[in-house]
Amino acid sequence: MKRLFLMGLMALAAVAQVTVIENATIMSEGAKGTFKGSIVVKDGKIIEVGDKVMVPPGATVIDAQGQFLIPGIIDCHSHIAVDGGVNEGSVSVSSMANIRDVINPEDIAIYRALAGGVTAANILHGSANAIGGQTLVLKMRWGQDAEGMIFQGATPGIKFALGENPKRAGSPQGGRGAPATNARYPATRMGVEDVIREAFNEAKAYKATWDAYDAQVAKGQHPIPPRKDLKLEPLKEVLEGKRFVHAHCYRADEILMLIRVADDYGFKIKTFQHVLEGYKVAKEMAAHGAGGSTFSDWWAYKAEAFDAIPYNAAVMTKKGVVSSLNSDDAELMRRLNTEAAKAMKYGGLTREEALALVTINPAKQLGVDNRVGSIEVGKDADIVIYDKDPLSNYAKVQKVWIDGTKYFDRDSDVSARPSKELEKKKLADQEKPATPATRRPQ
Amino acid sequence: MRNLVTALLIFCGCAFGADSAAIAIRNAKIVTVSGSVIPKGTVVVRNGLIQDVGENVSIPGDAVVVDGEGMTVYPGLVDALSTWGMPGTAASGAARGGGRGATTTAAPAAATPAAPPARGPEDRPSTTSWIKAADEIQATDKRIESARSAGFTTAAVWPTRGFFAGQGSLVDLLTGEKAGEMVLVPSLGQYISLTRAGGGGGGMGGGFPSALMGMISYIRQIYLDAGHYQLVKDAYAKNPRGMQRPEYDRALEGVLESKRILLPANRWVEIDRMIHFAAELKQPAIYYGIREGFEDRSVKYLKDANATVLISMKWPEKARDQDPEAEDPYRQMLIREKAPTTPAVLKKAGIKFALYSDGLDTPRDLQRAVKKAIDNGLSREDALRALTLSPAEIYGVQDRLGSIEKGKIANLVVTKGEIFDDRTKIEFVLVDGNKFVPAPEAAPAGGRGGATAPSGPNGVKK
Repeated sequence: MKRLFLMGLMALAAVAQVTVIENATIMSEGAKGTFKGSIVVKDGKIIEVGDKVMVPPGATVIDAQGQFLIPGIIDCHSHIAVDGGVNEGSVSVSSMANIRDVINPEDIAIYRALAGGVTAANILHGSANAIGGQTLVLKMRWGQDAEGMIFQGATPGIKFALGENPKRAGSPQGGRGAPATNARYPATRMGVEDVIREAFNEAKAYKATWDAYDAQVAKGQHPIPPRKDLKLEPLKEVLEGKRFVHAHCYRADEILMLIRVADDYGFKIKTFQHVLEGYKVAKEMAAHGAGGSTFSDWWAYKAEAFDAIPYNAAVMTKKGVVSSLNSDDAELMRRLNTEAAKAMKYGGLTREEALALVTINPAKQLGVDNRVGSIEVGKDADIVIYDKDPLSNYAKVQKVWIDGTKYFDRDSDVSARPSKELEKKKLADQEKPATPATRRPQ
Repeated sequence: MRNLVTALLIFCGCAFGADSAAIAIRNAKIVTVSGSVIPKGTVVVRNGLIQDVGENVSIPGDAVVVDGEGMTVYPGLVDALSTWGMPGTAASGAARGGGRGATTTAAPAAATPAAPPARGPEDRPSTTSWIKAADEIQATDKRIESARSAGFTTAAVWPTRGFFAGQGSLVDLLTGEKAGEMVLVPSLGQYISLTRAGGGGGGMGGGFPSALMGMISYIRQIYLDAGHYQLVKDAYAKNPRGMQRPEYDRALEGVLESKRILLPANRWVEIDRMIHFAAELKQPAIYYGIREGFEDRSVKYLKDANATVLISMKWPEKARDQDPEAEDPYRQMLIREKAPTTPAVLKKAGIKFALYSDGLDTPRDLQRAVKKAIDNGLSREDALRALTLSPAEIYGVQDRLGSIEKGKIANLVVTKGEIFDDRTKIEFVLVDGNKFVPAPEAAPAGGRGGATAPSGPNGVKK
C-alpha cells in the first residue's frame, strides 16, 4: 500500500511537468562542456540548458548550489532484473531466449543502481554459450512493471560470447565433486567460431526462404508461409542490421576472429564486451566500427584475463574506439562514477572523457545517444545530482530523475528507513509466537 | 449417467431398478449456492441426479429417507486444480512452505526414465501435451477417499509434470473399478508449467530449456509451430496430391486440441508477465497460484485482463526447519501475512476465482486452509462458492455441477454444523448419488487413506 502511495506521488510529479534545477555545476557531456548553470525539464525532456534560464510559472525549482548535475549513468553490461537465470546454457545457440520475457522489476538491484546514479542499463544474457539470448536496454524506473522498465526505442541486441566460457563443454564423467553433465559442443575456441559460422549459415538460408516467400506474396500469390524459427529470427535481424551484437570477449585473437566472421557474413559487431585485450587490437576494432565496453581495473581472475591493463579504456579511446566502462555486477554498478575516474589516473583522460565512459559513450554503443547520455536540449531528462564532484570517492547521489520523474531521493530514502524498520519488526513479531503453535504433533 | 448406474448394478448387484431407488434428505437446511438458503427442506436424489429440491417436495414412495434434522446440505466441493488420482503425484506429507517465487503444485519425485538432453524446441522437451488425466487417473488413489472426507466430490485433475504437462479432466471422486465412470469432462485444457520436471538442473549440456527465458521461448515456439502445423495440415487435407505430407506431431496435436491453457503466476510480476504471454499466444487462459493476488497491482492487471484465476490454498508458511533466529526479508514476511487475504481481495474486486488444493489432501489440512481464507476476510458464502459453483462456471459445467438444483448431478455434502468449521462433522457425502460416510476419525496429517467407508442404508459398495 505504501509502495502504491509512493507510485502515486511519482505519478503526481510527472503531472507537475516542469522542473528547474538551478545553480548546479553541470557536467553536460555535450557541446557545452562543464559549466555552472541551470536546466529546465518539461514533459520528461530537457527543454533548456544554460548559465541562466527562464523559470516558467508553476515550475518546481530546485536549488543545486554547490552540487553537481550529470547525465544519468548508463551501464552497457548488466545482468540485474532478470528472473529465472541469465544463462540458457543448455545449448550453444540460445538466441530464442529473450531477456524481455523475464524482466524482474522487483529486483532491489534496480533501486541500488538508481542510488548509484544509473538511469539505464543494457541487460544481457550470460556468457555460457557462443550465441546467447536477446538483450534489451532498461531504464531504472523503480516501481514500474516490466513493460514500464523498457527503454522504448532502443535497438534490441543479442549476446555473443567468445573464449573460455562458451567452450566449457560439460564433463560427462563429472569429477572433483562436480556432478556429471552432458557433453556440449564446442570444447575449443575453434569450435566457438564454427558454432557462430554454422548458426549464420542457417540464418542466411532461413532469410533466403523468407525473402522468397515475401517476394511471392508481393506478387499476389498465397503460398504457405515458412515455419517461424525463434532461434533464427534474431540472427536474421542481425544480418538485416536490425539487432546489435554485443560480444563477450577477452583476448585479441578472438576479437579479430569475430571481426572476420562478421565481415564474411556481412554484419557488424556493435560492441565488444569486457574486451580486456582491446588495447592490442583497438585499430582493427575502430576500423570495424565496434565499440569496446571494458572493466576499469579488474583482471587475472582467469587465464584469459591475464593480459588486462588499467589503461585499456584510455588506449581504446585514443585509438578511436567508442569506449565505455561497465559493471557486469549489481554491486559494482552502484559506483560506476568512480570506475570512470580511474581512467584519469590510468591513461590520463580528461574529466569529460572519463565521465563519457559511463554516460555518452555507452549511449552511443547502445544506439541511444540521440536520447540520453548528455545534458542537452531535446534529450530525455535522465539526470543525476551529486553532492560533490562525481569523479570523487566522496560523492553521494542525492537525486535521480528519469524522463523527468524523480525516482530516487536520498533524503526521502533516509527518512523512510525507521518506519520501514518498524514495519518489518511488526511482521517479525507477529510470526514469532505463531511458529511453535503451528507445528504439528508428530 | 445411466450407464454409470447400470455399471454399478452389474458390479454390486444391489437392489436398484431401472429407475434406482431414491434417497431423500428431509428437514435439512439446504445451502443451494445458486439460490437462497432453504432453512428446512428436502432434496431428492435418483439415478445420480438431483430429482427435486425445495421446501415442499413430495418424497417418492420408494425413497430411502434420511432425517436431516439439524443437518445442512451443501453442494459437493470441487477442487479446481488437483492431482488427486494422478499416478505418482502424491506429495510427501509435510507441505513445503515459505518459499517465494517457486511455482507449486508439487512436482513428484517419481523417477521418469532419463531421456537424452533436449537440443532445442524440436526435441519437444518435457512435453506430454497429448495425455489426458482421464486416461491416467487411478480410482484407487487413497487421496480420493481422503478428499471426500473433507467434503470434496469433484476435482479438476491435471497432469502437472513438464512444460506442456497434458490435459486436465473433470472427475467425480468415486472409488470404483473403472476410472471412466469418474469422468465428467475428459479435456479441460492444457497445463503449462515453467519448472523443470524432476529436477535435473539446466546448465551446460543439461538439456534445453534450462532458464526461465528458455522455457518461455520454448512455449512460444510450440504455439508458432502448432499454428504452422495446422496450416500445412489443412492445405494437405484439401489437396494432398503433389504435396509432401506433413509429419505427424503428437506434441502439437495435444496443444491444438486444448481449448484453454493454465499458466502459473504467483508473484505480481508473474501475473503481469503471464497475462501478456497469454495475450501474445492468443490462448484463453486461466492463471494458477496467485500468491500475490492481494497486491493492488495484481488486482489491476487481473481486472484489466478480465482474467480468471485459481488460487492455491497452500498458503505460504515459514519453513518448518528454519533457524528460529533467522530473520526473513520483509517482503517474504509480508507475503506470508497477506497471501491468505487474496481470495477476499479478489472477491471485492469482482475477479472470477476458485480455490484449489495444491497438494493438500488431508481433511484437516483442507479444512484449515479454507478456514484461513475465511479468517482473512472471505465470507463463508464466498468460500463455498469458490469451491462449488465458481469452479463449475470456470470450466463451463455450471449446467450440471456446483449447486443444488433440480437436474444437476447429485454431488452433495451433508454436515452437522457449518461447513469449514473445525468442529463440524461431515455426516456423509453423495457422489453421483452414491453415499460415502467419512470414517469416524479422519487420519491425522501424514497418514493418509482409510478415511471413508462406503456404508449407510443405500450404501453402494464400490
